[in-house]
Amino acid sequence: MTAVTAPRAVTPALLDQDWRSVGKWGGLCGLAIVLVSLIGMPVGLDSRTLVEGRLSLGYLALVWLPVVFGYVVSKRVVLEGVETPDPGLRDVVAGLCCGIVAGLGPALLILGLDNWNLRKPLVNWSPKLLELLTYDRGIGYGVAAWIITCAVLAALGSMLHVVPASVRRFVSYAVMGALLLSVLESAIVDLSEGFGLESLTDAIYAKRGGLTVTSTIILGVVIGGLSLLTKGRVKSATNRYRQMEGAERQRTSIVLFIVVAAVCVVLPMFLGTIMNELLANVGLFLLLALGLNIVVGLAGILDLGYVAFFAVGGYTTAVLTSSQSPWFHPEWHFGIVLLAVVVMAAITGLVIGAPVIRMRGDYLAIVTLGFGEIIRLLFLSDWLKPYFGGAQGITNVPPVDFGFALVKGTDPRSVFYLVLAFCALAIYVSWRLQASRLGRAWMAIREDEQVAEAMGINTVNTKLMAFVVGAILASFSGAILAAKVGSIFPNSFMILVSIIILVVVIVGGMGNIVGVLVGSVVLIGVLGGPRQPGLLQEFQSFKLLIYGALLVFMMLKRPEGLVPSARRSQELHQEEYLQDAWLKGEDHDQEEAEAQAEAVAHAPAGVEGEGDPS
Amino acid sequence: MNSESMSPGATGDATGQDGGTALLEFREVNTHYGAVHILKDVNLSIYPGELVCLLGGNASGKTTTLKTLLGMVTPTSGEVVLDGEVVNGQPTSYRVANGVTMVPENRRLFKRLSVKENLLLGAYLRNDKAGIEEDLEYVYGLFPRVRERLAQKSGTLSGGEQQMVAIGRALMSRPKVMLMDEPSMGLAPALVQQNFELIQQINDEGMAIFMVEQNANMALSIADRGWVLQTGRVVLDDTAEALLANPEMRSAYLGES
Repeated sequence: MTAVTAPRAVTPALLDQDWRSVGKWGGLCGLAIVLVSLIGMPVGLDSRTLVEGRLSLGYLALVWLPVVFGYVVSKRVVLEGVETPDPGLRDVVAGLCCGIVAGLGPALLILGLDNWNLRKPLVNWSPKLLELLTYDRGIGYGVAAWIITCAVLAALGSMLHVVPASVRRFVSYAVMGALLLSVLESAIVDLSEGFGLESLTDAIYAKRGGLTVTSTIILGVVIGGLSLLTKGRVKSATNRYRQMEGAERQRTSIVLFIVVAAVCVVLPMFLGTIMNELLANVGLFLLLALGLNIVVGLAGILDLGYVAFFAVGGYTTAVLTSSQSPWFHPEWHFGIVLLAVVVMAAITGLVIGAPVIRMRGDYLAIVTLGFGEIIRLLFLSDWLKPYFGGAQGITNVPPVDFGFALVKGTDPRSVFYLVLAFCALAIYVSWRLQASRLGRAWMAIREDEQVAEAMGINTVNTKLMAFVVGAILASFSGAILAAKVGSIFPNSFMILVSIIILVVVIVGGMGNIVGVLVGSVVLIGVLGGPRQPGLLQEFQSFKLLIYGALLVFMMLKRPEGLVPSARRSQELHQEEYLQDAWLKGEDHDQEEAEAQAEAVAHAPAGVEGEGDPS
Repeated sequence: MNSESMSPGATGDATGQDGGTALLEFREVNTHYGAVHILKDVNLSIYPGELVCLLGGNASGKTTTLKTLLGMVTPTSGEVVLDGEVVNGQPTSYRVANGVTMVPENRRLFKRLSVKENLLLGAYLRNDKAGIEEDLEYVYGLFPRVRERLAQKSGTLSGGEQQMVAIGRALMSRPKVMLMDEPSMGLAPALVQQNFELIQQINDEGMAIFMVEQNANMALSIADRGWVLQTGRVVLDDTAEALLANPEMRSAYLGES
């Protein structure tokens, strides 16, 4: 702490590395490459071309790893007041060495594939994989090629620390942009068809899929250039928005809202069936995630059986609207049915909630998990077959007739508009609740249940309320699902649905509406839901693996989610400011410094100077 | 704030300093956690405007006493009396609405909520907007530092500021008596002094305070009366001056041999 004024002074020798860390990251990278190979990604995705004749999605699944690990291994944690060497050639050496270690992974895999046959336990241990890894040019070539490729890529990754910030920005945006354009080819083609821009996409993409080499370079340069032009603009714009107050902020919010609403309403008109279907699925899951966000994010109740309410909504709608409902078929209109759905969801919420709500943490999670399955098994059971049709479910759920519009599954655009209306309602409700007395009570319970009780909050009733509000939102989603699909089956309500919604909420950012929105778009839209394909249809069979990996990554590195709330980042900023001021020994703000010193003094100063009878 | 409850006569026991009706009273209270007998025939009383403290070592039943007062633990026998009314079966919310409030041990703010939200949660049971606004101003007047930190998350405040928010939160329910659990716990020595001055200040404004403390010296120096609890039984019950002078007390709790 004494060297505050002269940090980043020393430049250690080129080979003076933290070899343990280099070896660790290199080994991990090698293992990751082997794992990705053995789960069948390269072979399965090889047919999908990204850059004509150069790169397929299968190879991309392998080669991004050394780049990222190279970047990570030479990343330095810069601590205020601690000497940190300037990034330099030394870091590139670290990346290079890490890459060489990593390259041993695929190299050993090639040798293994050549010498042993482990096809029995490992399905993807195939000659095809060997062919792919060796580029079909013999074992020696493959081994050498992988070690060299990994080393070069990891070195490139680590070089990102060395080059100036603008170059780093340009390169990373160019590469990411070009890759994104090629990976999302089908969506972009669909979109451009809607706008009548086929000639543009024809020019960019090769006939048999993938970007052409020239267009890759041009697009990369254009995107990189744009990234330099927009540098800092987005951040300053959001900051300016955050600092606005009163009427100005309100006006800006209204304008923003109108823009977003217009895009949501207009965009689907230009999209094809597949994209609209995708949007409708995102909306259905967003509705579920918004509901779960109230339960988990605001009230802190870890409900793992949330799918139960989704099922109740779906079945209530099916029973009350379908002519094929085996027991009771009043064939009501969707609008009236919605009321019944609310009632049923509230009742189910109370029935499930009342016994479990008194439990804490882990116990509650396990019990709700059980209830989620119980509801599905009840619908599946022979006992209730005369009422709900058992495994055959209920078919012939009619489309929703609003008079001016018909919402049916074959026209996903109409479904999307219906979902959009419900999502807007759910967002409004969540937003209003957050700032309300009830919302505050939920958050208080989440933070400290005992103290919340001491404030006079009736914790049992308040938590039940959260459970019921969440249940109603989920049941709306179920009702729309029934109308969209036109039938309802128990196996649409597997436990997996609960888990995926929870992942959406966690990855997006718990207790944060924008976070949940981003989470749904990214996870459901790009990766896909439990049964619904996303933009990356190729990854369909690896979806759950990616979900899991993403969840682990987020928990370790960014537990506050993709979109931390504005308030949180502001405070982080404030904390940094205070820390800096304190470290630099600035005394002009005596109080702040005192506050910090006091915080530091906490630990040892616990209980002192009184006699405890012992 | 509580002058209306100061009618003379009634149930006051000999230790009551002004002879009015007790705000909060324990009559022969016994509590059990399962088969474990915690409080044994405890009699306590707190009068309007008093600052009283409950002393005792670990596991002597101090926290249980507070929980029983607040209604988070139900006594197995005896009566808890709030402002002349037996409230044994009433939930915490009823007692908070009728004038009991608590500053928990280690402050226990709602860390990820803002200071303002913490204060408003203190007024959770109230619906009078104007009154809440008035009391917010009162708290800001008491602690100007709190006003500066309104939008900040309470978990990022310093220990001293957190203590202010915790007291402010308790005041927001417009209480008649404030229960404080170990107010000096976890604070730096310099802050402990400041903290007790704060408690005294609030007491000087007419608030009755019931404080549970391990720091006996410090607590008795500002208190009017004190009780000493030992394994669930009240073993000493006297004015603060008398307790400070009591030789038994000095050897057991004041760190003198």
